[in-house]
Amino acid sequence: MTTMNERGDQNQQMAGARPRGRAAEVWHCLQGVTDPELDESVVELNFISRVEVDSENRVHIEFRLPTYWCAANFSFLMADDMRRAVIELDWVVGVSVVLGEHMYADKINEGLAKGLSFRDTFGVEADGDLDDLRRTFLIKAFQRRQVALLNHLAGAGHAATTVVSLTLGELGDLPVEDEGAKLVRRYLERRDVVGPVRADALAFLDAEGARLKADGLSSYVSGLRRVGINAEFNSALCRGLLSVRFDLETPFVAKSKMSSSTNSGSQHVP
Amino acid sequence: MYRTAKGEEIFVIDGHTHFWDGSPANQKNIHGKQFIECFYAYHSNLSPPSEKWPLEKFEKYDAKTMFDDLFVTGYDDMAILQPTYLTDFYKNGFNTTERNSAIKKSHPDRFILNGAFDPRDGTKGLEDLHALSEKHKLKGVKLYTAEWRGESKGYKLTDKACYQYLEAAQKLGIKNIHVHKGPTIIPLNRDAFDVADVDDVATSFQDLNFIVEHCGLPRLDDFCWIATQETNVYAGLAVALPFIHTRPGYFAHIISELLFWVGPDKILYGSDYGIWTPKWLIDKFMAFEIPADVTKETGSVLSMETKTKILGLNAARLYGIDVEAQKKKIRAGGGYAHLPEAVHAAP
Repeated sequence: MTTMNERGDQNQQMAGARPRGRAAEVWHCLQGVTDPELDESVVELNFISRVEVDSENRVHIEFRLPTYWCAANFSFLMADDMRRAVIELDWVVGVSVVLGEHMYADKINEGLAKGLSFRDTFGVEADGDLDDLRRTFLIKAFQRRQVALLNHLAGAGHAATTVVSLTLGELGDLPVEDEGAKLVRRYLERRDVVGPVRADALAFLDAEGARLKADGLSSYVSGLRRVGINAEFNSALCRGLLSVRFDLETPFVAKSKMSSSTNSGSQHVP
Repeated sequence: MYRTAKGEEIFVIDGHTHFWDGSPANQKNIHGKQFIECFYAYHSNLSPPSEKWPLEKFEKYDAKTMFDDLFVTGYDDMAILQPTYLTDFYKNGFNTTERNSAIKKSHPDRFILNGAFDPRDGTKGLEDLHALSEKHKLKGVKLYTAEWRGESKGYKLTDKACYQYLEAAQKLGIKNIHVHKGPTIIPLNRDAFDVADVDDVATSFQDLNFIVEHCGLPRLDDFCWIATQETNVYAGLAVALPFIHTRPGYFAHIISELLFWVGPDKILYGSDYGIWTPKWLIDKFMAFEIPADVTKETGSVLSMETKTKILGLNAARLYGIDVEAQKKKIRAGGGYAHLPEAVHAAP
């Protein structure tokens, strides 16, 4: 069994202590799962507290959230996304995801264990599934990524008239340095939220799928600015609350029992 | 009272304070424990180290501690007591109007006592609201839409029953509706923090003021848009303000957006006491300037005039407080005796 908790992953400097092999593949996979509200990776946000792969290639994931009260729907979405992402690995025979210390933990964990949908998990407490909610936040994520990229392109001297007429193909070919390339990549990951993705399709559309206008571009950008600010504020708050709740600030001191299993305890004794 | 280096006096009304009992003795269940611990995490995460309290003090503080923190050590001249009942989590409630009224009674010139209602309480609740309003001459109520009531995990302002309560509030002269959006609204598949219902009731009740606590966070973006459309929607600064210490860059962006969308006349300071204390919040706020690169984006400037409005004048307008008359009352009662001579000798 490979065991690696989050502190081990974050804090251990020894290369040998980093998760290897299958656990590492799972961590890599989870990297692509985002908190839909914050549009950030659940790994980066420190939500994953444990990943285990047993000898029969069943994966066990545990996660926790910044508060006991975090919205049930987002909690369920994240767990479901983790399960879906990890089951894609060809060697995985089963995935269990468990949420800890949350007001709806029992209900969510039971639903996840039985493979139920959100609607079936919550019964009368939900009057539908999560498609609308997911879409609302995918659009916000799209807008946030778009405004970051538009600002970057404006800062790099690209005229509004040029930017609004770029096709997806042309955007992909645009010579940009590292930061720009990252913003382009992140934008393209969400571009399908608002319209079909083809090389000859316009790169920049609004949330309704309409093309942007060069003369109104700056007011369009300032209108979207608050979406990004909101998400960044929430992210800072969530990270802070999580770190206080689980005392992630205090340097990890391995308990003697754990040091033998993680083989790295002495590294953390101050 | 805050006094600037030049000797200007700034009258401070704290828009959001609590006199709660979250102690283990009062906790009814695990949710009560988790609720106060969640508040404590906000406190621990965002307070400067020197201002952090031990958990025991945070769970339950006495009236004198509160008075000193707000009015002696802190710069508040007045404070609005906002109740949060949470009777499903706490045996005697968390922070009821009744509990708050005791501290108001001891210091009538310092506190504004707000009430609360919950539209799920039916006809009995409407009667209680009448009685509460009559007893305490309410000018405001605090609504916590995510409060648990048995099987129910919250309500929306647009619920039919809530309309009846808002109509009753209007008739009773309760003009200020403080809205606190929390999670867990049913149905669970929708956005629990959605602020669209504020938009709806603000349009329907033009004579009421809707003060959205935490400026709509975690939906600041949607809130700003609503507050732009509705002249009677205000932003309460609690939770956003303490970022001024840990993350001043974020605070700059937030205040800049609020000034741009909501405007300087519709933002209200609130410490959210006992989560945070006024002294350090106001020291930092008075010293704060929006950095040039942020101002470039929005054109927002945090001028002295704007600070004065946010810290007190806006709330004074909403609650009908005559600032000069109130200062005289407080001074006559010895409320400024701890301040340097020049201040309390001012006309």
